[in-house]
Amino acid sequence: MSHEWHRPLENHWIRLSTFTFLAVIVGGVCLLIPPFFLQGTIEPLTNLRPYSSLELEGRDIYIREGCNTCHSQQVRPFKTETDRYGPFSLAGEGIYDRPFLWGSRRTGPDLARVGKKYPDSWHWLHFKNPRDIEPRSNMPEFAFLTETVLDTSLSSAKLSALRMLGHPYTDDEIRNAPGDAERAAGGIAASIRGAGIVLDATEARSEAVAVIAYLQSLGHAVREDDVAMTGTR
Amino acid sequence: MSSEGEVVQYDMQVVRGFAISALVWGIVGMTVGLLAAIQLAWPEANAGPWLHFGRIRPLHTNAVIFGFTLGVVFAGSYYGIQRLCRVRMFSDTLSRLNLWGWNAIIVSAAVSLLAGKTTSKEYAELEWPIDIAIAVVWIIYAINVFGTLARRRERQMYAAIWFWIATIITIAMLHIVNSMELPVSWMKSYSLYAGVYDANVQWWYGHNAVGFLLTTPILGLMYYFLPKQVDRPIYSHRLSILHFWSLICIYIWAGPHHLIYSPLPDWTQTFGTAFSIMLILPSWGGMLNGFLTMQGAWDRVRTDPILKMFAVGLTFYGMSTFEGPMMAIKTVNSLSHFTNWTIGHVHSGALGWVALTCFATLYYMIPRLWHTQLYSVRLANTHFWIATLGLLLYVTPMWISGVTQGLMWRAVNPDGSLAYTFIESVSAIRVYDVIRAVGGAVFLSGAFVMFYNVIMTIRQGSAAAPEPSLAATPAVAGGR
Ligand code: HEM
Ligand code: HEM
Repeated sequence: MSHEWHRPLENHWIRLSTFTFLAVIVGGVCLLIPPFFLQGTIEPLTNLRPYSSLELEGRDIYIREGCNTCHSQQVRPFKTETDRYGPFSLAGEGIYDRPFLWGSRRTGPDLARVGKKYPDSWHWLHFKNPRDIEPRSNMPEFAFLTETVLDTSLSSAKLSALRMLGHPYTDDEIRNAPGDAERAAGGIAASIRGAGIVLDATEARSEAVAVIAYLQSLGHAVREDDVAMTGTR
Repeated sequence: MSSEGEVVQYDMQVVRGFAISALVWGIVGMTVGLLAAIQLAWPEANAGPWLHFGRIRPLHTNAVIFGFTLGVVFAGSYYGIQRLCRVRMFSDTLSRLNLWGWNAIIVSAAVSLLAGKTTSKEYAELEWPIDIAIAVVWIIYAINVFGTLARRRERQMYAAIWFWIATIITIAMLHIVNSMELPVSWMKSYSLYAGVYDANVQWWYGHNAVGFLLTTPILGLMYYFLPKQVDRPIYSHRLSILHFWSLICIYIWAGPHHLIYSPLPDWTQTFGTAFSIMLILPSWGGMLNGFLTMQGAWDRVRTDPILKMFAVGLTFYGMSTFEGPMMAIKTVNSLSHFTNWTIGHVHSGALGWVALTCFATLYYMIPRLWHTQLYSVRLANTHFWIATLGLLLYVTPMWISGVTQGLMWRAVNPDGSLAYTFIESVSAIRVYDVIRAVGGAVFLSGAFVMFYNVIMTIRQGSAAAPEPSLAATPAVAGGR
C-alpha cells in the first residue's frame, strides 16, 4: 500500500508523539522567539509612565468586571478609526500593560484614547446608569462600583510585583501606594463634586473613582507626545 | 499477557461520568450564553456584581469549551482509545482523578469567574492556582493515555488517536507558556509578558486553543464515531495522514490573524494571513474524508439523527474553515474584526461543527454505556431539527449584524467626515441581537430535549450490566 511509509509512525506511539511535538514546536518557536528579542527594540514613548497606584487598582477592577469583553483598546491605522478615536495604537505604549487589554469585540467603543475625553463627573454618572447619558446604550450599569470602598490592602504588593517585572517604581512609591491612591482618589472626588454631584464618604473612596483614574490615564503618552500625535513614529 | 480474542474489561465508568458531566455543563454553559445574549439585547437583564455581561461572558466560554466540549472529548477518547488499543485504560485511579479533578476545576472556574477573578486573557481567564490544577489534571490525562498506548494490543494506531495525541501535546505546551504569571495574592497575578508581546503569546494560545480544543479532538471524535455509525471504514487512510500532518504543522502559525492591523510586527501578521489561507486545504481534507465515508450510506442519513448531526457538523466545519481564512485576509479583516461577524464565525464553528459533533458522539455512546437502546430516535431527530434551526437563527443575524457594524464604522460623508456615531451602530444591530437571543433559546431547548432523552435512556438501561466485550478488531481501521 502506498502509505506504508507512515507505518513506523502509526506503530510507535513515542515516535508519533515526538513528530507531533516537533510539528507544533517549530511554529511556536518561530512566532514566539524572534518577537521576544525584537521587544527590546520597541522604544517606549517618551512620556510613557507606569500606572499610579490608583490607576493600577482601577485597571485591575476594569479586568475584574470584564470591561475588555465589550471595549477594545486598540485603534487601527485607518482614517475612519483615527478620526473616531484618536491616534492609532503603537507598540511602545504597552510596556506597562500586564496583561494587554486590546480586546476582540467592540460592543462598546474603543477606549484606548478615552483619557480626558470626558470629565470625571461624566464617568461617574455613566457608571451609575449608562442610559441616563445615552438611552440607546446597552452597557450594564455599574452602580455597585460607586457603592464599594476601594480596597488598597494589596496596592504595595502589586507595585512591588510589577517592579520585579521591570516597572520602574521607587521604594517610596511602593511603600506609600495605598496612601497615594487615597490622595489621588480625593482629587477625583473633588472634581466630581465640583460638577455639582453630592458624594458621601464611601462614594468618594469608591472603586468607581479608581476606574475613573485608570480611564483618564488611557492614551496619556500619545496625548502628551507630539511626535506620536502626528502618527509618524 | 492475554492473548487475542480474550475478553477485555473496558473501563466505562469514567466515560459515563464525563458523558453526563459534559451534558450538564453544556446546558449550564448554553444557558449562560443565552443570558449573555439577552443582556446584549436588553441591558436591564444585567444584575449587580455577580451577573453582569462582563463576568457572564467568560463563564459562558469556559463552561462550553472546558466543561462541555472537553468533557465530550474526554468521554469519547476514553471510549475510543480503549477499543482501538483493545486494552483497559492504563490506570483506573488516574481516570477517576481525571474525571473528578476536571469537574472540580470547572466548578472552581464558575465560582471564581463570577467572583471576578480573571486574568482577562480569552479562554485562559482562570487565575494561577486553577491554571496549575489544569496542568496537573492534563498531565494525569496524558499519562493515562500514553500508558494505555504503551500497553496496547493493536499494533497500528488509528487516526483518531493521532488527533487526540496532538491535542494532549499541544494544549500542554500552549497552556503552560500562556499562563506564565507572577502571583500577587492567591487569586491575583500579573502576566510575565507585557503589551505587544503579551498579545502575541495570548493569540498564539487563543488561536491554537481553537485549533487543538475545537478542531483536532473533535476531528478525533469524527474519525472514530462516524465510521462506527455508518459501519464502514474511513474513506481514505492516505488522506488522514496528509491532512493530519498538514493541519497540525500549519495551524500553529496562524495565530497572528487575530492581531491584524495591530502594533504586532508586520511580518508576523503576514504569516498569520498566509498560513490561514493554506489551512483551507487540510481542513477540507478532513471534511471530505468524513463525507466520503458516508458515501453509499446517504439513504440512512435521512432516518438516522446521528448521521444527520455528523453531516451538518461537517458542513459547518467546511464553512467556518473557509470563512476563517477569508477573515484572515487583511482587507476583509479590516471590516470584520471587532464586529459580530467574528461572533457569527465563532458560533458557526461552535454550534454547527463542535456542538453537533459532540451531540452525535453522545447519542452514539450513551445507549451503549448503559446497555440499552436510545429511548427515542424521534426525539433525537427533533433535537437535530431544533438545533439546526437555532443555529441558523443565531449565525445568520450575526453575519448581517457584523457587516452592518463594519460598514457603519467606516462610512464617511462626501466631505470625508464620519457618517455615523458609534451609538448609531449599536442601535442598528439591536434587532439582530434580539433574533440571536431567540436562536440561542431554540438551540438550548434542543439541548433540553436531548437531556430528557438521555435521562430516559439511562433509566431504562443499566450501568451494571455485564461489561466484558469481545475484543474485536476495530472496524474503523483500514480503508484505502
Ligand atoms: C445556546 C447557545 C449559545 C448562545 C446563546 C451563545 C451566546 C453567546 C454570546 C452572547 C456571546 C458573546 C458575544 C459578544 O461578545 O458579542 C458568546 C461568545 C462566545 N461563545 Fe457562545 N453561545 C452559545 C453556544 C456556544 C457554544 C456551544 C460554544 C462552543 C462550543 C460557544 C462559544 C463561544 C465563544 C468561543 C465565544 C467568544 C467569541 C469571541 O470572543 O469572539 N458558544 N456566545
Ligand atoms: C481554517 C480554519 C480557520 C481560520 C483560518 C480561522 C480564522 C479566524 C479569524 C481570521 C478570526 C477573526 C480574528 C479577529 O478578527 O479577531 C477567527 C476568530 C475565531 N474563530 Fe476561526 N478560523 C478557522 C476555523 C475556526 C473553527 C473551526 C472554529 C471552531 C469553533 C473557530 C473558532 C474561532 C473563534 C472562537 C474565534 C474568536 C476568537 C476571539 O476573538 O475570541 N475558527 N478565526
